[in-house]
Amino acid sequence: MWKWLHPYANPEVSYHFTGKLIPWFAIISAILLTVGLGMGLLYSPADYQQGNSVRIFYLHVPAAMLSMGLYLGMAIAGLTALVWQMKLAESSIAALAPVGATFTAIALLTGAAWGKPMWGAWWVWDARLTSELILLFLYFGVMALQNAFEDKALAGKAASILALVGVINLPIIHYSVEWWNTLHQGATVSKFEKPSMSIDMLRPFLLSLFGFAFLAGTLVCMRFRAEIIERNSMRPWVKALAKEHN
Amino acid sequence: MQLSYRRAFSTILKRDLVIAFRHRDDILNPILFFIIVVSLFPLGVGPAANTLMKIAPGVIWVAALLSTLLSLERLFKHDYNDGSLEQLLLMPCPTFVLVLAKITAHWLITGLPLIIIAPFLGVLLNLHQDSYVALMLSLLLGTPVLSLLGAIGVALTVGLKKGGVLLSLLVLPLYIPVLIFATGAIDAASMNLPYNGHLAIIAALFFGSLTLAPFAVGSALKVSTN
Amino acid sequence: MAFDSINEFFNMGGYGFYVWLSYGFTALLLVLLTINSKGKDKRIFKQINKRIKREEKLKQVAKRNASVKQNAQSDQKVV
Repeated sequence: MWKWLHPYANPEVSYHFTGKLIPWFAIISAILLTVGLGMGLLYSPADYQQGNSVRIFYLHVPAAMLSMGLYLGMAIAGLTALVWQMKLAESSIAALAPVGATFTAIALLTGAAWGKPMWGAWWVWDARLTSELILLFLYFGVMALQNAFEDKALAGKAASILALVGVINLPIIHYSVEWWNTLHQGATVSKFEKPSMSIDMLRPFLLSLFGFAFLAGTLVCMRFRAEIIERNSMRPWVKALAKEHN
Repeated sequence: MQLSYRRAFSTILKRDLVIAFRHRDDILNPILFFIIVVSLFPLGVGPAANTLMKIAPGVIWVAALLSTLLSLERLFKHDYNDGSLEQLLLMPCPTFVLVLAKITAHWLITGLPLIIIAPFLGVLLNLHQDSYVALMLSLLLGTPVLSLLGAIGVALTVGLKKGGVLLSLLVLPLYIPVLIFATGAIDAASMNLPYNGHLAIIAALFFGSLTLAPFAVGSALKVSTN
Repeated sequence: MAFDSINEFFNMGGYGFYVWLSYGFTALLLVLLTINSKGKDKRIFKQINKRIKREEKLKQVAKRNASVKQNAQSDQKVV
């Protein structure tokens, strides 16, 4: 496997490789999102309890799942960067953090817009929303630390360590928040329970989940390429590319 | 010369304590901050005894978090500025000995005074009379966790000029579990419920961070000193 | 089709405001992020080009200075 992976550890090769991926990812995500969200908005049945507000589900849950998945990806990249000293993994942390933070923000905002008609308040200290808020803080921490260093190589290493510390803490924070929530609120949580999904809901949900995932992939690739050229700006191949963009 | 781990640990601990006692302001200011923050709350929410009793555990613990945060910078900053941190990292013994010694010293000069002063603040906030033991125990187990986790944040930001605000952004989210279980223990004690479980979880957090945090701090220091 | 008319579709059974608010937020945030991500490599290329230009200018100035110095030295020799 290492032999196969090795060429992609070269910044120039992976720059061109991700460049080729971007249009495909973008097209796939556009198709999946149009079909998935279209089905979700037009054809999926309204919930017998929540009515049509359940259509926010097709945004909220994929965004929440991706926000956690992207953080996990960042931590794996951090481990790779620290253990195998791979510079590209550091660039990918810098690329993943803003995308993950955006999906976290989407999960929070759609959660609030869903909570208002369901709970009667924009914000309720529900366990899932609270964990999502803390996840947003963790993302901001990684991004702020990354920006605070002048030297990009140091920034990458520091962010790798922080991402790893965060990922060890994330489950602890999540379960403590859940426990805290059941202690203080008891009954009100049950309204937001996962609706038992019928196939009519599952299909648009999965389509939009993969659509958002491919969109995240597109955005991460774009930022990853920018990070690569920023870190390798003294290399002749980057200078040649820059001349083309003049 | 081969230094035994215990020798190295006690030497650094003694050195840090001596330095701290020469700069007494550094020890006193976070404690004063702790007292002032706690005494602001009755002024903000009103002196009703029942309200104060309800918010007391949370207020004391949040104030403890903030004053720990305030004192964290001096953990590595002076040593970084005068270059002795790099010399310490070059010592012929593992980094975690150095890191643990420094964190222990930090806890002794900032965590311990908090524990001693907390019951008096409990009186100010009309803390429930059954909660005092739980308050002390939760602080005793919890403040070392604050020092250990905080050290990671300081180690990451020590090389930066404007590390202060960034430090709070990095460290405060990590403090949430300690806050939740500590205040949970105090609340449970006020209702005459058993709180061993809460303390056991804080103890688990303590031992978890005791084993893992020194490694994170060590590698972060290596990044910061470059 | 879950809706009989366009109006009903926009109304969402009374939940229209919340549903469209969340779809609007999502679209807005993702569009902003896409624009930002798409423009990022161009911004960096621009910086690199600026740096290259500055370096070239510095090199030219250095060369000119060197040649001026040489001329001055050769003038001295003549004298």
